[in-house]
Amino acid sequence: MLEVRSLSIHFHRYTRGLRRTVLTPVVDLYLKVSAGEVVAVVGSSGSGKSLLAHTVLGLLPSNAKVEGEIWFKGELLTPERQALARGRQIALIPQSVSFLDPLMRVGAQVRRAAQLSGKNRHSAAAQRAIFQRYQLPLEVERWYPFQLSGGMARRTLVSMAVVGEAELILADEPTPGLHPEVVRETLNHLRQLADEGRGVVLITHDIQAALQVADQIAVFYAGTTVEIAPVTAFSGKGEGLLHPYTQALWRSLPQNEFIPLPGMQPPPQDLPQGCLFAPRCPLATAECTAERPTMRAIAQNQVRCIHAQG
Amino acid sequence: MLRAERISFRYSPNRPWILRGFSLAIAPGERVGLYGPSGCGKTTFGRILAGYLQPLGGNVELDGEPLPKKSYCPVQMIFQHPELAINPRWTIGKALYEAYQPPPSLLEALSLDPHWFERFPHELSNGELQRIAVARVLDPRTRYLIADEITTMLDANTQAQLWQVLLDVAAQRRLGMLVISHDRPLLERVCTRIVDWALEAH
Repeated sequence: MLEVRSLSIHFHRYTRGLRRTVLTPVVDLYLKVSAGEVVAVVGSSGSGKSLLAHTVLGLLPSNAKVEGEIWFKGELLTPERQALARGRQIALIPQSVSFLDPLMRVGAQVRRAAQLSGKNRHSAAAQRAIFQRYQLPLEVERWYPFQLSGGMARRTLVSMAVVGEAELILADEPTPGLHPEVVRETLNHLRQLADEGRGVVLITHDIQAALQVADQIAVFYAGTTVEIAPVTAFSGKGEGLLHPYTQALWRSLPQNEFIPLPGMQPPPQDLPQGCLFAPRCPLATAECTAERPTMRAIAQNQVRCIHAQG
Repeated sequence: MLRAERISFRYSPNRPWILRGFSLAIAPGERVGLYGPSGCGKTTFGRILAGYLQPLGGNVELDGEPLPKKSYCPVQMIFQHPELAINPRWTIGKALYEAYQPPPSLLEALSLDPHWFERFPHELSNGELQRIAVARVLDPRTRYLIADEITTMLDANTQAQLWQVLLDVAAQRRLGMLVISHDRPLLERVCTRIVDWALEAH
């Protein structure tokens, strides 16, 4: 359904006067999502997770330069196709409930989304059907966003994304700070959408949330994909994980060892020459700092590390 | 000892009670976890403990005295949304140095980059802002900390980094803490005891 190949994004920024700096927040990123599959994208803030969603939708600002290819349903996703697909075939579930228009009744917002996705004549029926599906009482359509609880606002956002016929859903951090029940409910909705044959990208920093519904987990670091592993690899002491960053991330969970990896992700204006993780990596050798490793398939994982062994 | 005695609170007379006769005591060096569903009043309780809200019934006492109104409050709160907790029109440095001069060792432990200090809050990520928010409440006069979902917005590694620093400082100074979270494994990891809101508040 979606394949992102060696995607890099550069931002040009003027610092002082006419001095220009180049930021490279996304480097040689790889991701593949098939129909019927939930792929979770995890990584710390600044690892390029949200930028990926914005790039797929074609929402980057004008000072961004994009390299690499994005394929959607077997065709190259050009800016023209992006403009057509955005909101119709590809839908975004945004990060914050503040994406709802505070001055518009929520029913009207969902209907507007339905109209924009091509359901002109039946938008009211579509909105009622989707509210029923997500157990939003009928009277809620006349409410304003401030009257909704956190969970209801989430369900409204999900309704807006799927009221059309979108085949690919990008969910950008849909669960932070929510109670486990609301998290489970939101994640179950994503799972159902995938089971209906849609492709779902779940962008999150919450590995536990990802484990509940994803088929595969892609781990991002400093704008690149360091590892893509099946969900089953995230268990025990992390023996099934091959990249040292993925292993460290797994160990740092409170229910595991809660030991953080020292240091910080490299800033996007100052990326290391070789492997992006080398400065913090316990396994780093001279080879690692000389050249950026490529993605390799080992067993069921894909990993960007020259030391990884199956 | 920080003691909340039979606290009752609601936001207006025609809204339901959020807290009714809830009591909790935190001893120095103790880290109490508060676990419960969203919207149940955990944050409200934290704000009452830190003196931001006055309870309608009951009282909050620090070593038998009410919280000071005119001097530095030894009970400090760290909020869930650092982007809303720092004055957007102040530089990071001004916000950080408002109450005291954090020692360089603390800035280093929290990996705070001095380049940030001339910038404004919207130029930093939430994880960076939260580390600033932690540094600025660790004034030596602080004796109790209310940590309200302070790491839900962070990835696992950054969360572990922040908690290691906080636990170190808390152990050195025997700080008492109230840790509010939905994340049961986190509470089990950092707290000395856990209070389940659903079982005890009503």
